[in-house]
Amino acid sequence: MEGFLQLILTLDMSIRLSVVLLLACLAGLFSERAGIVDIGLEGKMLIAAFFAAAVSFETGSAWMGVLAAMAASLAFSMIHAIASITYRGNQLISGVAVNFLASGLTVVIGNAWYRKGGQTPTLAGDARFREITLPFADALRDVPVLGPIYSDLISGQNALVYIAFAIVPLSWWILYRTRFGLRLRAVGENPASVDTAGISVVRMRYSALVITGILCGLAGAYLSTAQAAGFGREMTAGRGYIALAALIFAKWRPWYALGATLLFGLLEAISNLYPNIDVFGIFTIPVQFTQALPYILTVVILAGFIGKAIPPKAGGEPYVKEE
Amino acid sequence: MERMPKWADVFLVPFINLVLAFLVSGLVVLAIGENPLDAIYYMVKGAVGTTSGLGYTLYYATNYIFTGLAVAVAFQARLFNIGGEGQAAIAGIGVALVMLAFDWPAWWLALPFAIAGAAAFGAAWAFIPAWLQAKRGSHIVITTIMFNFIGAALMGYLLNGVLKNPNTQNAETVAFPKAAALPTAYDILAPLGIPFSKSAPLNISFILALICAWLVWLLIWRTRLGYQIRAFGQSESAARYAGISAVRVTIIAMLISGGLAGLLAINVVMGEQERLIKEFVEGAGFVGIAVALMGRSHPFGIVLAALLFGMLTQGGFELLWEMPGISKEMVLVIQALIILFTGALDNMVRVPVERMFLWLGKGRA
Amino acid sequence: MGSETEQGRQETAAPAIELRGISKAFGPVQANKDISISVAKGTIHGIIGENGAGKSTLMSILYGFYRADSGEIYINGKKTEIHDSQDAIAAGIGMVFQHFKLVENFTVLENVILGAEDGPMLRPSLAKARRTLRELATEYELNVDPDAVIEDLSVGHQQRVEILKALYRQADILILDEPTGVLTPAEADHLFRILRNLKAQGKTILLITHKLREIMEITDTVSVMRQGEMKGTVRTSETSPEDLAERMVGRKVLLRVDKKPATPGETVLEVENLRVVDNAGVERLRGISLQVRAGEILGIAGVAGNGQSELLEVLGGFREASGTVRLKGQELALSGRHADGQSRRARGIAHVPEDRQSEGLIMEFAAWENIVFGYHHDPQYQKNRLLMDNAGIRKIAAGKMERFDVRPRDVNLRAKSFSGGNQQKLVLAREMERNPDLLLVGQPTRGVDIGAIEFIHQNIIKLRDQGKAILLVSVELDEIMSLSDRIAVMFDGRIMGERRPEETDERELGLLMAGVTNTGEAA
Repeated sequence: MEGFLQLILTLDMSIRLSVVLLLACLAGLFSERAGIVDIGLEGKMLIAAFFAAAVSFETGSAWMGVLAAMAASLAFSMIHAIASITYRGNQLISGVAVNFLASGLTVVIGNAWYRKGGQTPTLAGDARFREITLPFADALRDVPVLGPIYSDLISGQNALVYIAFAIVPLSWWILYRTRFGLRLRAVGENPASVDTAGISVVRMRYSALVITGILCGLAGAYLSTAQAAGFGREMTAGRGYIALAALIFAKWRPWYALGATLLFGLLEAISNLYPNIDVFGIFTIPVQFTQALPYILTVVILAGFIGKAIPPKAGGEPYVKEE
Repeated sequence: MERMPKWADVFLVPFINLVLAFLVSGLVVLAIGENPLDAIYYMVKGAVGTTSGLGYTLYYATNYIFTGLAVAVAFQARLFNIGGEGQAAIAGIGVALVMLAFDWPAWWLALPFAIAGAAAFGAAWAFIPAWLQAKRGSHIVITTIMFNFIGAALMGYLLNGVLKNPNTQNAETVAFPKAAALPTAYDILAPLGIPFSKSAPLNISFILALICAWLVWLLIWRTRLGYQIRAFGQSESAARYAGISAVRVTIIAMLISGGLAGLLAINVVMGEQERLIKEFVEGAGFVGIAVALMGRSHPFGIVLAALLFGMLTQGGFELLWEMPGISKEMVLVIQALIILFTGALDNMVRVPVERMFLWLGKGRA
Repeated sequence: MGSETEQGRQETAAPAIELRGISKAFGPVQANKDISISVAKGTIHGIIGENGAGKSTLMSILYGFYRADSGEIYINGKKTEIHDSQDAIAAGIGMVFQHFKLVENFTVLENVILGAEDGPMLRPSLAKARRTLRELATEYELNVDPDAVIEDLSVGHQQRVEILKALYRQADILILDEPTGVLTPAEADHLFRILRNLKAQGKTILLITHKLREIMEITDTVSVMRQGEMKGTVRTSETSPEDLAERMVGRKVLLRVDKKPATPGETVLEVENLRVVDNAGVERLRGISLQVRAGEILGIAGVAGNGQSELLEVLGGFREASGTVRLKGQELALSGRHADGQSRRARGIAHVPEDRQSEGLIMEFAAWENIVFGYHHDPQYQKNRLLMDNAGIRKIAAGKMERFDVRPRDVNLRAKSFSGGNQQKLVLAREMERNPDLLLVGQPTRGVDIGAIEFIHQNIIKLRDQGKAILLVSVELDEIMSLSDRIAVMFDGRIMGERRPEETDERELGLLMAGVTNTGEAA
């Protein structure tokens, strides 16, 4: 029983940690499926996290914070869109610039507003997302096995967690069941096919980056108003890149993205809860190894040694009409 | 047939980009209720107003020259090495191993070995992504990003384990032999009767950086290898026709790139901190991208851009004292805008300028 | 006014397509010059012409991919503005591009409905398309598994998907750009059956090709284009392949080159049973055998895409192959480390590649840098063991540019700033002065102005007279005729026959190029 509760605790933490990755990963999925490589997920989340915290603090409403986060992230996404779609610039360089810009702006504005070295004041009450207890959670807690799973794992998460998990099937549905999704996938594989069908490549790609902006906004808001209680400088701490890794791991598919981000969340939870794992007293797995595992796995996948990750074909290339 | 004169391509377009970046930065400063002109004044004053400020400016510039050259050499082969950060960090291990291996009696004896250690470790960290790109087609941008994180984890593991100084709580090695400390600008200039700040970390690595810039220039524009790197970077199909091996060029260019990024460790680890501490690179690897873009991947441009970014970094620290309303991260904003305008939004300026020259040309004809 | 006349002539229906005075320039190149054409409803109309004659540009204008600089388009007698592909689709025009515009990891159904969906949800669209496809399949022999993924389909089936896409959009006018270029003969036959069925259903078809056989076999009327101009339209039944070949190639002022009869020496190049399979698994060379002797020019004639490029690439060392190639009796490596450009150059093979812009030159490099491209390891270009002798190279480059009359004579100018002819002279200056045993030359005068053509031809002859072996590949029959001492014609990866220029004519070669072998005293 002790071990089981430990497991529930670990899984609960994995879920909480994977939500940011999941939202960012889905954000990246929409943009890369449309043929726009986005290494600026990190920066968009960071600027979103900042504005979520700041606006939540000022208005006392976490939902206002979410709106602000989406707006900020969307603005950054449009910078990327203008650079890489309209001006056919290098998408990687544009992504790097977005990350830098967020790193700098969050602290500059944060410091100007709050004079706390870039942090926002601590959020409390409705300015944060709080845990939602699902019906019967308390009553069912004592049911063996299923009880704790329902009460402590499924119930007791905050609204953004449920939203994030709902976005997975929604993304799948949009991508594979709607006209928009079909065109989006086509534009990332062969934009000429979309162009000759009389559809605007530019408009499709802009739409994709709008979605990316919104999802990164959610991710950032989760980070500063749900997972933490306020913004701290560089609080994304590379999660945008882990999300990118998860995206490759997930082969650019929504359900796989859920699996990949849960796995990476689990790894993070393990490294938090059990820093050094002793394997039968023979050797110790250092915490750094668990931390680096998502990156190592991604490199292995990229190298094509285990399975092959085939990115959308037109990714990274500006579309130029030609014969 | 040329769309615009060379000077416009090399100077005018980057200059307009730079002006735009600074204008937008100025707007940011205005937006947070401060005076951008004051900010510029204090930054310039802080960066070059005193020998201490100048010493720091050139110290940072040294780092940026190394990382800028690293990015540029890879760029010449049309490879985007975002892994300078990790390559420099791992190079720190190389330097530390060399420095802790002996009780070095003199810096000039230790320096060649430390350089070799730094370059070898930095190159080694670039080798795997390079090999994966050349042989397996794994995108070098993603793998180098991943290797930055793997490198950070490795550093954390080693500095909390075998390399850790047992006498401190921090993740760092024991101090290097005192006799092997690199001469600072003060040490060098004082005997010549030139007064220089004793506290500034500027050291002989600056000279090394300038030599590297010169060597990279020789490599790229004077050697067969450089010729092949540039040819491959410009046109893979033409390189194939000429019999230039894509695998060979990719790997060699990345090894040189990683080695150059690694030399940053000479300046910071050997020259300033005199022990290996975990986060010594502090983003210089990424600044290298901005420096290389700004410098148009040419060593001369890179040295100039590195000086500019060195000024920005040092000036940013200075701002903190004079205008507490602006934090030093303003420098990051400026860097980001420079990358954005010179790198990603280049066509926004280039196309109208080309059109202008076309129009001027027509007017004359 | 137009509509009045049409009403006046009730008996003749308005043409399905009428183009009036279409012109289009890309920079200084006039791709279409004042082109007018009229295609009757329910017919198959061929447009024939050599590469670069402007056929594809004209069709792209009709499909809204490009916009004409001037001219008017009438569809079914009605003036129609076609700004983009959507307008063209709305006007009932469908196009099958030479390079398919399919999403490779989509199914057939998904490709068919892309851009022609019936609503925001896919399911109803897919169901409708499935039904429609079934009908189209029985109607036109257009069988394709609707759930197959494109990348698993053969090229022939992929093309059917493109046709289905157009029909699904209810196209009445179908444009096919070089549709048989990528098909096997059996697939091409099937395509023609489909096209006849479509015609029987009242569809109008525009067939762009450079293959005479196809024109003769399937079209009702045919227009000939040459150098951006329309050279007349005739009924297919009232013409002959010979007549069309003549119109296509044109009686241009023949650039006869003064040359003495060849005095061939020993055999320099021997190729036996050379085979190349490309990445897609298609056999590009199907057992090529040939010989070139010292002091002679072997010209390879053929329509582009019949394996000539692959032959040059194998000999030049940048494509792997099987078979045997001997240079002066010594075998050359056809795969592995020594099958590269460096090794070939070391063995005395110089190569003027077909595409000077993406292979022969680095456009961003200065002229002097390009003058050593491929020979950059040569000791004469080195200052010492480490550094190249840039100053020396500049001097050598200046000399070469002088001798080959490259203008402007500025060694520091980037390759992209020279005109096509002068770019080619740069390549020739580099390759010819190497004093090679064998010179490979691909399309030496493509995109080169008249003045430069003569100069280039003279230099090739000069090299021959110095006793060098020369393998010349060109799609310009004129050029092949006037330069070669022997002519081999390639078609579909094979050599169809060999002729001496004085014993053949352009008509015979044209038929060989089209894959027709029974030309009188055939080989």
